[in-house]
Amino acid sequence: MPRTVAPWEIERKLLVKAEDKTNPRYGHKPEERPAEDYIKYGVINLDKPAGPTSHEVAAWVKRILKLQRVGHGGTLEA
Amino acid sequence: MTGVLPITLEEARKIVQALLLSGKEYVCLMKLHGEATEEQVKRVLKEFENTIYQRPPLRASVKRRLRTRKIYYIDFLEMEGRNMLFRVGCEAGTYIRKLCFDIGEVLGCGAHMQELRRTRAGPFVENGDIVTLHDVTYWFMEWQQQKDDKILRKFIQPMEKALALVPKIYVRDSAVDAICHGANLTAPGVLSLETGISTGSMVAVFTLKGEAVALAKAVASTEEILNMEHGVVAETERVLMPRGTYPKCWKSGET
Repeated sequence: MPRTVAPWEIERKLLVKAEDKTNPRYGHKPEERPAEDYIKYGVINLDKPAGPTSHEVAAWVKRILKLQRVGHGGTLEA
Repeated sequence: MTGVLPITLEEARKIVQALLLSGKEYVCLMKLHGEATEEQVKRVLKEFENTIYQRPPLRASVKRRLRTRKIYYIDFLEMEGRNMLFRVGCEAGTYIRKLCFDIGEVLGCGAHMQELRRTRAGPFVENGDIVTLHDVTYWFMEWQQQKDDKILRKFIQPMEKALALVPKIYVRDSAVDAICHGANLTAPGVLSLETGISTGSMVAVFTLKGEAVALAKAVASTEEILNMEHGVVAETERVLMPRGTYPKCWKSGET
Protein backbone atom coordinates (compact mmCIF):
# COMPACT_ATOMS: atom_id res chain seq x y z
CA MET A 1 0.00 0.00 0.00
CA PRO A 2 1.58 3.33 -1.04
CA ARG A 3 2.01 5.81 1.79
CA THR A 4 0.01 9.02 2.06
CA VAL A 5 1.86 12.11 0.88
CA ALA A 6 2.51 14.57 3.73
CA PRO A 7 1.00 18.07 3.24
CA TRP A 8 4.51 19.56 3.05
CA GLU A 9 5.45 17.18 0.22
CA ILE A 10 2.69 18.43 -2.08
CA GLU A 11 3.97 20.69 -4.87
CA ARG A 12 1.51 23.30 -6.07
CA LYS A 13 1.57 25.27 -9.32
CA LEU A 14 0.06 28.71 -9.79
CA LEU A 15 -2.45 28.95 -12.64
CA VAL A 16 -3.39 32.37 -14.02
CA LYS A 17 -7.04 33.14 -14.77
CA ALA A 18 -6.83 36.91 -15.42
CA GLU A 19 -4.21 39.67 -15.33
CA ASP A 20 -4.39 42.76 -13.14
CA LYS A 21 -2.15 45.07 -11.10
CA THR A 22 -2.34 45.99 -7.43
CA ASN A 23 -2.46 49.63 -6.35
CA PRO A 24 0.58 50.47 -4.14
CA ARG A 25 -1.55 52.98 -2.21
CA TYR A 26 -3.43 50.23 -0.38
CA GLY A 27 -2.07 47.57 1.98
CA HIS A 28 1.52 46.42 2.36
CA LYS A 29 3.59 43.42 1.41
CA PRO A 30 3.57 41.35 4.63
CA GLU A 31 7.30 41.90 5.25
CA GLU A 32 6.91 45.67 4.77
CA ARG A 33 4.11 46.24 7.27
CA PRO A 34 4.72 49.08 9.77
CA ALA A 35 6.28 47.68 12.98
CA GLU A 36 3.09 47.80 15.05
CA ASP A 37 1.09 45.90 12.41
CA TYR A 38 4.00 43.57 11.73
CA ILE A 39 3.82 42.42 15.38
CA LYS A 40 0.01 42.33 15.44
CA TYR A 41 -0.09 40.06 12.38
CA GLY A 42 2.97 38.05 13.36
CA VAL A 43 3.85 34.48 14.28
CA ILE A 44 6.91 33.31 16.21
CA ASN A 45 8.40 29.94 15.34
CA LEU A 46 9.33 29.17 18.93
CA ASP A 47 11.56 26.36 20.17
CA LYS A 48 9.62 25.23 23.21
CA PRO A 49 11.85 24.45 26.21
CA ALA A 50 11.27 21.28 28.24
CA GLY A 51 9.35 21.74 31.49
CA PRO A 52 6.67 24.40 31.11
CA THR A 53 3.40 23.65 29.30
CA SER A 54 2.67 25.08 25.84
CA HIS A 55 0.16 27.36 27.51
CA GLU A 56 2.73 28.71 29.99
CA VAL A 57 5.24 29.32 27.22
CA ALA A 58 2.63 31.28 25.23
CA ALA A 59 1.86 33.35 28.35
CA TRP A 60 5.57 34.16 28.74
CA VAL A 61 5.80 35.40 25.16
CA LYS A 62 2.73 37.53 25.79
CA ARG A 63 4.42 39.11 28.82
CA ILE A 64 7.82 39.60 27.16
CA LEU A 65 6.26 41.37 24.16
CA LYS A 66 3.66 43.19 26.32
CA LEU A 67 0.74 41.97 24.18
CA GLN A 68 -2.96 41.46 24.90
CA ARG A 69 -3.47 38.12 23.21
CA VAL A 70 -1.34 35.28 21.98
CA GLY A 71 -2.19 31.74 20.94
CA HIS A 72 -0.24 28.64 20.01
CA GLY A 73 -0.55 26.17 17.20
CA GLY A 74 -0.88 22.73 18.73
CA THR A 75 -0.13 21.67 22.29
CA LEU A 76 3.24 20.03 22.84
CA GLU A 77 3.19 18.35 26.24
CA ALA A 78 5.44 19.69 29.01
CA MET B 1 9.13 17.77 25.32
CA THR B 2 10.66 20.43 23.10
CA GLY B 3 10.61 21.81 19.58
CA VAL B 4 8.45 23.73 17.14
CA LEU B 5 5.60 25.59 18.88
CA PRO B 6 4.25 28.39 16.64
CA ILE B 7 3.05 31.33 18.75
CA THR B 8 0.43 33.57 17.11
CA LEU B 9 0.41 37.22 18.17
CA GLU B 10 -2.74 39.36 18.56
CA GLU B 11 -4.68 39.34 15.25
CA ALA B 12 -2.65 36.41 13.91
CA ARG B 13 -4.46 34.13 16.37
CA LYS B 14 -7.15 33.91 13.67
CA ILE B 15 -4.95 31.53 11.69
CA VAL B 16 -4.46 29.14 14.64
CA GLN B 17 -7.22 26.96 13.19
CA ALA B 18 -5.11 26.37 10.07
CA LEU B 19 -2.07 25.45 12.20
CA LEU B 20 -3.99 23.12 14.51
CA LEU B 21 -5.21 21.12 11.51
CA SER B 22 -1.79 20.89 9.87
CA GLY B 23 0.49 17.86 10.03
CA LYS B 24 3.39 17.49 12.43
CA GLU B 25 6.80 15.84 12.41
CA TYR B 26 8.62 14.53 15.47
CA VAL B 27 11.89 12.89 16.42
CA CYS B 28 11.16 10.46 19.22
CA LEU B 29 13.32 8.51 21.65
CA MET B 30 11.58 5.31 22.60
CA LYS B 31 12.62 2.95 25.39
CA LEU B 32 12.03 -0.77 24.82
CA HIS B 33 11.15 -2.92 27.84
CA GLY B 34 12.94 -6.00 26.47
CA GLU B 35 15.35 -7.15 23.79
CA ALA B 36 14.60 -6.66 20.09
CA THR B 37 16.81 -6.64 17.01
CA GLU B 38 17.16 -3.70 14.65
CA GLU B 39 15.47 -5.75 11.90
CA GLN B 40 12.44 -6.51 14.10
CA VAL B 41 12.10 -2.85 15.07
CA LYS B 42 12.37 -1.63 11.46
CA ARG B 43 9.78 -4.14 10.29
CA VAL B 44 7.32 -3.19 13.03
CA LEU B 45 7.77 0.56 12.37
CA LYS B 46 6.79 0.06 8.71
CA GLU B 47 3.55 -1.59 9.86
CA PHE B 48 2.56 1.73 11.39
CA GLU B 49 3.05 3.68 8.16
CA ASN B 50 -0.34 4.74 6.68
CA THR B 51 -3.61 4.77 8.59
CA ILE B 52 -3.56 3.78 12.27
CA TYR B 53 -6.27 3.50 14.90
CA GLN B 54 -5.84 5.38 18.17
CA ARG B 55 -7.95 5.85 21.26
CA PRO B 56 -7.03 9.17 22.90
CA PRO B 57 -5.25 8.68 26.27
CA LEU B 58 -7.06 9.02 29.64
CA ARG B 59 -5.83 12.56 30.04
CA ALA B 60 -6.92 14.01 26.73
CA SER B 61 -8.83 17.11 25.74
CA VAL B 62 -11.00 15.24 23.22
CA LYS B 63 -13.67 12.55 23.42
CA ARG B 64 -12.08 9.16 24.02
CA ARG B 65 -13.37 7.22 21.08
CA LEU B 66 -11.36 5.17 18.62
CA ARG B 67 -10.29 7.32 15.69
CA THR B 68 -7.98 7.01 12.72
CA ARG B 69 -4.87 9.06 12.09
CA LYS B 70 -2.54 9.10 9.09
CA ILE B 71 1.15 8.38 9.55
CA TYR B 72 2.78 9.89 6.46
CA TYR B 73 6.14 8.31 7.20
CA ILE B 74 7.96 6.68 10.08
CA ASP B 75 11.70 6.23 9.71
CA PHE B 76 14.13 4.35 11.90
CA LEU B 77 17.11 6.57 12.83
CA GLU B 78 19.26 4.63 15.28
CA MET B 79 19.29 2.14 18.11
CA GLU B 80 21.54 1.53 21.08
CA GLY B 81 20.59 -1.23 23.48
CA ARG B 82 16.97 -0.60 24.43
CA ASN B 83 16.97 3.00 23.26
CA MET B 84 15.53 3.56 19.80
CA LEU B 85 15.27 6.81 17.86
CA PHE B 86 12.79 7.36 15.02
CA ARG B 87 11.33 10.21 12.97
CA VAL B 88 7.60 10.35 12.27
CA GLY B 89 5.50 12.60 10.03
CA CYS B 90 1.84 12.44 11.03
CA GLU B 91 -1.59 13.99 10.87
CA ALA B 92 -2.63 16.56 13.50
CA GLY B 93 -3.94 14.91 16.65
CA THR B 94 -1.72 11.82 16.57
CA TYR B 95 -0.60 10.83 20.08
CA ILE B 96 3.06 9.85 19.90
CA ARG B 97 3.09 8.49 23.47
CA LYS B 98 0.30 6.13 22.40
CA LEU B 99 2.12 5.28 19.17
CA CYS B 100 5.22 4.22 21.19
CA PHE B 101 3.10 2.06 23.49
CA ASP B 102 1.47 0.37 20.49
CA ILE B 103 4.82 -0.21 18.75
CA GLY B 104 5.96 -1.89 21.98
CA GLU B 105 2.88 -4.12 21.99
CA VAL B 106 3.45 -5.27 18.40
CA LEU B 107 7.13 -5.88 19.16
CA GLY B 108 6.00 -7.98 22.11
CA CYS B 109 8.46 -6.54 24.61
CA GLY B 110 6.57 -3.34 25.44
CA ALA B 111 7.92 0.20 25.12
CA HIS B 112 7.34 3.77 26.20
CA MET B 113 8.10 7.26 24.95
CA GLN B 114 11.21 8.67 26.62
CA GLU B 115 11.83 11.98 24.84
CA LEU B 116 10.05 13.88 22.11
CA ARG B 117 11.06 16.78 19.93
CA ARG B 118 8.69 18.33 17.41
CA THR B 119 10.60 19.12 14.23
CA ARG B 120 7.68 20.49 12.22
CA ALA B 121 4.21 22.03 12.71
CA GLY B 122 2.69 22.69 9.29
CA PRO B 123 5.08 25.01 7.43
CA PHE B 124 7.23 25.73 10.52
CA VAL B 125 10.38 23.64 10.80
CA GLU B 126 13.14 23.50 13.39
CA ASN B 127 15.96 24.57 11.13
CA GLY B 128 15.68 28.05 9.73
CA ASP B 129 13.79 30.73 11.60
CA ILE B 130 13.16 28.92 14.91
CA VAL B 131 13.98 31.03 18.01
CA THR B 132 14.22 30.38 21.75
CA LEU B 133 12.52 32.38 24.52
CA HIS B 134 15.93 33.92 25.18
CA ASP B 135 16.17 35.07 21.55
CA VAL B 136 12.69 36.61 21.80
CA THR B 137 13.59 38.53 24.97
CA TYR B 138 16.94 39.69 23.56
CA TRP B 139 15.74 40.76 20.09
CA PHE B 140 12.68 42.52 21.48
CA MET B 141 14.89 44.62 23.82
CA GLU B 142 17.27 45.36 20.95
CA TRP B 143 14.35 46.49 18.78
CA GLN B 144 12.97 48.75 21.53
CA GLN B 145 16.36 50.41 21.90
CA GLN B 146 17.40 50.67 18.25
CA LYS B 147 13.95 50.96 16.63
CA ASP B 148 15.32 49.13 13.60
CA ASP B 149 12.52 47.02 12.11
CA LYS B 150 15.02 44.59 10.60
CA ILE B 151 15.40 43.27 14.16
CA LEU B 152 11.70 42.40 14.36
CA ARG B 153 12.02 40.23 11.27
CA LYS B 154 14.73 38.21 13.03
CA PHE B 155 12.20 36.61 15.37
CA ILE B 156 8.70 37.35 14.06
CA GLN B 157 7.29 36.03 10.76
CA PRO B 158 4.25 37.50 9.01
CA MET B 159 1.13 35.35 9.62
CA GLU B 160 1.13 34.59 5.89
CA LYS B 161 4.06 32.25 6.58
CA ALA B 162 1.71 30.06 8.62
CA LEU B 163 -0.50 29.64 5.53
CA ALA B 164 2.30 28.43 3.26
CA LEU B 165 0.80 24.94 2.89
CA VAL B 166 -2.80 26.08 2.36
CA PRO B 167 -3.71 26.40 -1.36
CA LYS B 168 -4.12 30.05 -2.32
CA ILE B 169 -6.43 32.09 -4.51
CA TYR B 170 -5.13 35.54 -5.51
CA VAL B 171 -7.79 38.19 -6.01
CA ARG B 172 -8.20 41.67 -7.51
CA ASP B 173 -7.81 44.75 -5.27
CA SER B 174 -11.46 45.49 -6.05
CA ALA B 175 -12.62 42.19 -4.52
CA VAL B 176 -10.73 42.58 -1.22
CA ASP B 177 -12.93 44.87 0.87
CA ALA B 178 -16.15 42.97 0.19
CA ILE B 179 -14.43 39.80 1.49
CA CYS B 180 -13.24 41.75 4.56
CA HIS B 181 -16.92 42.49 5.20
CA GLY B 182 -17.73 38.78 5.02
CA ALA B 183 -18.81 38.41 1.40
CA ASN B 184 -17.97 35.22 -0.46
CA LEU B 185 -15.38 35.24 -3.24
CA THR B 186 -16.92 35.18 -6.70
CA ALA B 187 -15.32 34.15 -10.00
CA PRO B 188 -14.68 37.63 -11.50
CA GLY B 189 -12.48 38.54 -8.53
CA VAL B 190 -10.09 35.63 -9.07
CA LEU B 191 -6.75 36.40 -10.76
CA SER B 192 -4.80 33.21 -10.15
CA LEU B 193 -4.98 30.09 -8.03
CA GLU B 194 -2.97 27.10 -6.97
CA THR B 195 -3.44 23.51 -8.08
CA GLY B 196 -4.94 20.95 -5.73
CA ILE B 197 -8.04 22.84 -4.58
CA SER B 198 -11.06 20.58 -4.26
CA THR B 199 -14.67 21.22 -3.27
CA GLY B 200 -14.87 21.71 0.50
CA SER B 201 -11.14 22.19 1.05
CA MET B 202 -9.70 25.13 2.99
CA VAL B 203 -8.18 27.87 0.83
CA ALA B 204 -6.44 31.13 1.68
CA VAL B 205 -7.55 34.25 -0.16
CA PHE B 206 -4.53 36.49 -0.90
CA THR B 207 -3.93 39.89 -2.49
CA LEU B 208 -1.39 40.40 -5.28
CA LYS B 209 0.89 41.92 -2.61
CA GLY B 210 0.88 38.57 -0.84
CA GLU B 211 -1.32 39.65 2.08
CA ALA B 212 -3.77 37.17 3.57
CA VAL B 213 -7.37 38.42 3.28
CA ALA B 214 -9.35 35.47 4.62
CA LEU B 215 -9.58 31.73 5.10
CA ALA B 216 -12.37 30.26 3.00
CA LYS B 217 -13.97 26.97 1.98
CA ALA B 218 -13.72 26.23 -1.73
CA VAL B 219 -17.01 25.34 -3.41
CA ALA B 220 -15.33 24.21 -6.63
CA SER B 221 -12.02 22.63 -7.71
CA THR B 222 -9.01 24.46 -9.20
CA GLU B 223 -9.99 23.34 -12.72
CA GLU B 224 -13.63 24.36 -12.27
CA ILE B 225 -12.74 27.78 -10.83
CA LEU B 226 -10.42 28.45 -13.78
CA ASN B 227 -13.36 28.10 -16.16
CA MET B 228 -16.01 29.85 -14.08
CA GLU B 229 -17.22 33.28 -15.23
CA HIS B 230 -19.63 34.03 -12.40
CA GLY B 231 -20.85 32.61 -9.14
CA VAL B 232 -19.28 31.89 -5.75
CA VAL B 233 -15.95 30.05 -5.83
CA ALA B 234 -15.16 30.12 -2.08
CA GLU B 235 -17.22 30.79 1.05
CA THR B 236 -15.49 33.14 3.48
CA GLU B 237 -15.00 31.54 6.90
CA ARG B 238 -12.46 33.65 8.76
CA VAL B 239 -11.60 37.23 7.78
CA LEU B 240 -7.94 38.08 8.51
CA MET B 241 -7.57 41.59 7.08
CA PRO B 242 -9.19 44.64 8.72
CA ARG B 243 -12.02 46.33 6.82
CA GLY B 244 -11.04 49.43 4.91
CA THR B 245 -7.48 48.31 4.11
CA TYR B 246 -8.50 48.34 0.45
CA PRO B 247 -11.09 50.71 -1.03
CA LYS B 248 -14.73 49.76 -1.05
CA CYS B 249 -15.60 48.81 -4.63
CA TRP B 250 -18.86 47.00 -4.11
CA LYS B 251 -22.40 48.29 -4.62
CA SER B 252 -20.81 51.13 -6.57
CA GLY B 253 -19.62 48.60 -9.15
CA GLU B 254 -16.14 47.80 -10.45
CA THR B 255 -13.39 50.41 -10.41
